[in-house]
Parts: sequence; C-alpha cells; structure tokens
Amino acid sequence: MDFNDSPEEAEYRTKVRGWLEANAQRKEGDGGEDVELDTPTSMAASRAWQAKKAAAGYAQITWPKDWGGQGGTPIQQVIFNQEEGKFGVPPNPFQIGLGMCVPTVMTYADEETKKRFVGPALRGEEIWCQLFSEPAGGSDVAAVRTRAVREGDGWVINGQKVWTTGAQFSDYGIVLCRTNPDVPKHKGLTMFWIDMKDPGVQVKPIHQMSGGSGFNEVYFTDLRVKDSQRVGGVDDGWRVALVTLMNERLAVGGSTGAQYGDIMKLAREIMGEAGPMLKDAGFREKLAEWYVQTEGLKLTRFRTMTALSRGQTPGPESSIGKVIAATQMQDLANQAVEMEDQYGIIWDEGASPLKAAFQGSLMFAPGLRIAGGTDEILKNIIAERVLGLPGDIRVDKDVAFKDAPTGR
Amino acid sequence: MNFDYSDDQKFLKGEARKFLEAECTPKVVRGVLDDASRSYDEGLWKKVAEMGWLGAAIPEEHGGLGLGRIELCAIAEELGRVVAPIPFASTVYFCAEAIMLAGSDQQKAYTLPKIATGEWIGCFATSEGPGAVTPQSIKCRVEGGKLYGTKIPVTDGDCAGFALVLANEGGKPGLWIANLNDAGTTRETLTTLDPTRGAAKLTFDGAQVWPLGASGEGFSIMEQVFDRAAVYLAFEQLGGADRALEMAKAYSLERFAFGRAIGGYQAIKHKLADMYVKNELARSNSYYGAWALQAGAAELPLAAAAARVAASDAFWFAAKENIQTHGGMGFTWEVDAHLYYRRAKQLGLVAGGAKVWKERLVSQLERRNAA
Repeated sequence: MDFNDSPEEAEYRTKVRGWLEANAQRKEGDGGEDVELDTPTSMAASRAWQAKKAAAGYAQITWPKDWGGQGGTPIQQVIFNQEEGKFGVPPNPFQIGLGMCVPTVMTYADEETKKRFVGPALRGEEIWCQLFSEPAGGSDVAAVRTRAVREGDGWVINGQKVWTTGAQFSDYGIVLCRTNPDVPKHKGLTMFWIDMKDPGVQVKPIHQMSGGSGFNEVYFTDLRVKDSQRVGGVDDGWRVALVTLMNERLAVGGSTGAQYGDIMKLAREIMGEAGPMLKDAGFREKLAEWYVQTEGLKLTRFRTMTALSRGQTPGPESSIGKVIAATQMQDLANQAVEMEDQYGIIWDEGASPLKAAFQGSLMFAPGLRIAGGTDEILKNIIAERVLGLPGDIRVDKDVAFKDAPTGR
Repeated sequence: MNFDYSDDQKFLKGEARKFLEAECTPKVVRGVLDDASRSYDEGLWKKVAEMGWLGAAIPEEHGGLGLGRIELCAIAEELGRVVAPIPFASTVYFCAEAIMLAGSDQQKAYTLPKIATGEWIGCFATSEGPGAVTPQSIKCRVEGGKLYGTKIPVTDGDCAGFALVLANEGGKPGLWIANLNDAGTTRETLTTLDPTRGAAKLTFDGAQVWPLGASGEGFSIMEQVFDRAAVYLAFEQLGGADRALEMAKAYSLERFAFGRAIGGYQAIKHKLADMYVKNELARSNSYYGAWALQAGAAELPLAAAAARVAASDAFWFAAKENIQTHGGMGFTWEVDAHLYYRRAKQLGLVAGGAKVWKERLVSQLERRNAA
C-alpha cells in the first residue's frame, strides 16, 4: 500500500510535466481567482489552450489516435489532469461535449459526420452542450415532454429544456425528445444533435437563488432538423441517453466551496466566552467529523485511481462523493455563519470573513445537493446499483406516456 | 497509485474469511454469549494461534510470522466480520504492540514468543472509573516495585495471564507489566454490554510489577499504543459494519410488507445507502491508517484518529440500523443483529470513545497547522 506511481505512470507524469512546463505557467500560491467562463477574453484563452492540447494529443488522452487522442489509459488522463491542475490554465468549457456529447454522436454517426465534428470539438473550436433535463423531468429524465414530430424528410422540435450548462456559448447540442407519446415513457424517445445557433433555439439564463446565472433554459420553437441529425434509432433515445451518461467523466475532482481548513481559520479569529472558538469542545467535534469526511473522500478517490492504475474498472465506491460533499458544504457553511453570530447575516466580500466564502457556500449548497443527481436519487442509485435492492414502484411503467399521471 | 490491499494481502484475507466462516460460526460466538462462565472460545483461540495470526506482525526472531502491519489489518477485518469471541485485540493490538514499541530486548525476547503461540493472553489496563482516561484520572500507584490500586473495566482481564497497567510512580505515570497469577492480584469478572468478550475488575495490593518503557512516559506510551491499536480496531469495526450492512440487505430482500420486499422502499434503501457511504469513508480512512502504521509515518496519530472516528461511527450506525431494518425480529435474542450492536460499543469504547478521539484528531490538526 502506497501512493506512488508505477514506473510507467512516473514516466508518463514526467513527460506530461515537461510538456506543461514548456507550454503553460506554473501556478503560484493557491491559483487565485475563479475566472468567468463566458467573457470573450477567457473563452479565447480557453480555445487557444485546448488547441495546444489537441495538437499534442492531450485533449482526450483515452480517445483512439484516429480521433486525435493517444489511445491512452484512464490513469494517464487522471495524471494529466493532476499535473494540469498545478498550472494556471484557462477554464475548460469543453468537457461536457468531449466527455459526453461527442462520444455519443460518434457511437451512432456515419464517417462523414465523425470527420465533420470530432476535430473542431477536440480543438475547442466548437462547444457542445447536453439537453436532457426539463421542467417536468429532472430526476425522472425519461419523462421529457419536448416533442419531435416528423415533417417531410426531417423533424420539427418544440419544447423546453432547463439547467443546461454552457448553452449560452455552445455551438451544438444533443437533445432528448419525445417522438411517440402513445407508448410508455422510455420507449418513445429519440435523440438528435442540433445547431444551437439556429433561430428556432432560444437560450435564457436562469437566475439562481445564489444570485449567479451558471445555467440556462433552452426553448425550441419549430426547430427544424434533418433526419440525418438523428442519433440512434427512432424511439430508441433512452438507450442512447444511457450511452451519454455512461461516458460521464471520471469523478476524480476535489471538493468545492469552503473547507474544514477555512472554518479552522475562522474559529481561530472569532472569540467565544472562553477564548477562540477553535477551543470550543462542540466545534472541535464537528471539525473532526468534517476532516474525516473530507479526507475519506480524498482517500476514496485514491482507491478509484488505484483500480484504474491496476487496469481495473473502479468499484462503486466513487458513487459516495457528491452525497457527502454537498451535505458537508451546507453543514460547514451553516456552522461558520452561526459562529459569526449576528454578523453572519452579512454577505459582503469586503466585510464578511474570508471574502464571504461561507455565505457563498451557504447559498450555493442547496444547488449542489440537487445538480447532477439529487441526494435522494444518488441514494437510490447506491441502493439499487451497488447494493442490488429493488427499484422503486413505477406506476407509469406500462402506461402510454400521454396517459401517465402528471401534476399539471 | 497503489492504495489498496496487494494481491497477496487479498489472498490472505480470503483465506482468513474461509477459515473463520468455518471455525467461528454464530454458534461458536453464542457459546460464549450464553455461558456466563466462559470468557472466550478456547478452541478458536488455539486454532487462530496455529494459523500464526497472533504473531502475524511479530518479527520471526521473536517467534512471529514477520508479516506486515497491513496483513494484520486484513486479519482484523475478518475477525470483526464474525465478531470473534477471543482476546485477540487485547493480546495482539495492545500488548504485543506495546512491548514491540517500548519493551527492552529482554522483555521482547521473553514475552513475544509466548504471545505468538497463544500461551500468554494479555490485557491492557488503563481505566479506573467512569470518564475518559487522563493523567489526572490515574490513582493506581507503584511503590518499591509493588502495584496498588484498581483497574476497571479491563477487557480480557478475566482470562489474561499478564496485564500492562498504567500507574504512577512518584506522581509520574508509567506502564507496568504485571503477572496476574502472582500474589497480590485479585480479579472479579464483570457483566458488560458485550458478553462475547470478557472483562474484569483488577485489584492490586502489592503485586510485583516490572516497568515497560521509560519512567514517567507511561501516558505517552499508552497514547502511542492506542494509535496503533486504533488502526487494527478500525479494521475490526469495518468488518463488523460491512457484515451488519449485508445482514440488513439480505433481510430487506426477504422480508415482505405491504406486498413487496421492504428493501424496495426508499426509507430502507436510503438507510442502507447511508450505511454504505459511512462504511466506504471508514474503509478509506482505515486504509490510510494502515499505510501510516506500516510505513512508520509521522502522520500516524492523525491517520489513526481519523480511522477510529470514521470506523466507530460506521459500525455503530450499521449495527443499530441493522436492528431497525429487521423490525421486531431484530430485537430478539435469536437474531444475530444484537451481537454486532454489542460489539460496536465494545470496540468503540475499548481504546477510548469517539469524543476522546475527535479531540485527539483536532489537536493533531492544530499541531500540523502550526508546524
């Protein structure tokens, strides 16, 4: 048991590091401020960096060489990500496309389509988004209502998607549509790729409760697509959606938001009745619990990497990450704000401790507990796929979609 | 990255599981549970000794197998799964580790071979009453090589041949070796939450003792022994927690209510998912503890505390929610769920409870940040 690279991994890491040293600037300190994704300057920088990576074969290391990858292993991709994280590189708005959308299109597309899309996506010239969630179908994603109706040799799409990451700067998207409402919900879906710049597509930012706007609503009004834009068979879209979701990138990232180290800093500065709050017994117990969770998740990622390193498929242990991280973020932020006492209601980067990191986390945490699978859905997934417990009762399973019960 | 058992360690663990599933059945555990006169299962103890497990981490020169600490962790995990009713933890995790850590060459040469063969059962005596063990809580004292005072409770004190005892000499804490069969020692068997593990009150009235480690360093040595024991205990707890989850899962699939298996209801699914999450956090933290122990790393105190906090929480949660999942049946004597509930508390308190370890964890964090 150790944390060392195998000789092959060490060699790859050295190679990657050499390339990064020659092409990027090493970070100083903790990396500085987050950059807004869609300002013109940052987008140009992101595209330029992506193009460099693509030219060197680092854009999608596990893709076959024919597609511009290296035919590499997942652990090599993890090593690259780790090393890249130490450099001040622009944000990466390409991952949803390269990790999920493009591989899906490639699975079903003809040679000509592949040729058309793979290169530009890899080089960052074209960005893709994934249009699955809808106002009436989040956790129950197969309940999508966006209709695609045949017209002539093509299709007309009408409806609405929601929580679409990156729609505002995407060039293309894959969209899950209802093509047959007369059969049960999973059986009447079809996937299409669409041009996000088409006049039939309207993107509106969502104003989040946290104040920001990182996601979008997307409206389709008589959006016409060719039948050649269909991805997979007619009414076979659920199977295609599963391919997309299976391609979800490896969850090896770190935790977000305020961390136990931050609240330790705060607790050193805030005085209670008997000295700094860091000496408060109740606080120390909570701190120990956060440490155990945070380190436990980090070490669990090491176990996932170990499986990859040994050429195995990672076990289900990686499924625990978001359930823990999101709940902890809310709990930790709440405890910090409580510790600030009356002052805690202030949410002002200039006036609040640690540039209002805790207030920011407090207001973002509810979203993190929902995005990418709610706590409840993730626990269902652990119970069903990891532990093998039965699925929930589904009253809409054998009912035509149009006859399934709905709220409104 | 190589943060998992090796293939050899996995093989050892698999063999240990096969052995224990055959030799440490619930019937064996209940044999000790249901007979107040028995402190442990002598037959299992002999077989475990024959397997060499008592000396797994003891060097070959002292009669052990000289395997690594991680191998012993793998064995501990399997012992925890079957709630083995033997004085393994006291003898191996506490006493053998303490002697390897602080013993003189002569002490090692004399005691370790006897531990490895199973001839000597040891116990680790620190507590004297309700509340955590602190330098102020020690009333036992040594004068002129003779020990006076009372230790309660001492796990396996009813069957052990020797004890390592925390006691002051000249007002300073030391660790002392006592032969429990010598004059001046009386023992009284205690009734505890977990009758599958023995415990006693030890009263010393002028028993002869020998110092283990430097004079005045007893409390510090005890903490270092606890760090080591905490890692092994975490693996026992992890094994127990995994087994409790398996039991809950199996029952939730066979028990029907309102026309379907109760494992199909989200109240049960989410409960079991919560168990799984806690068990995985405990596993990852325990692996780190095992790595730190094997590597002799400076991170051991922090890693051990994290492993202990995570594993104590996971086992307690899995044990209590396993009973809840079983409903009324879970509250009966005949269903094994209570064996895990009892053991969860036994293991969770034996080297100090969660509050103590959370405090140790945070003080280590402060020390790390100050450095």
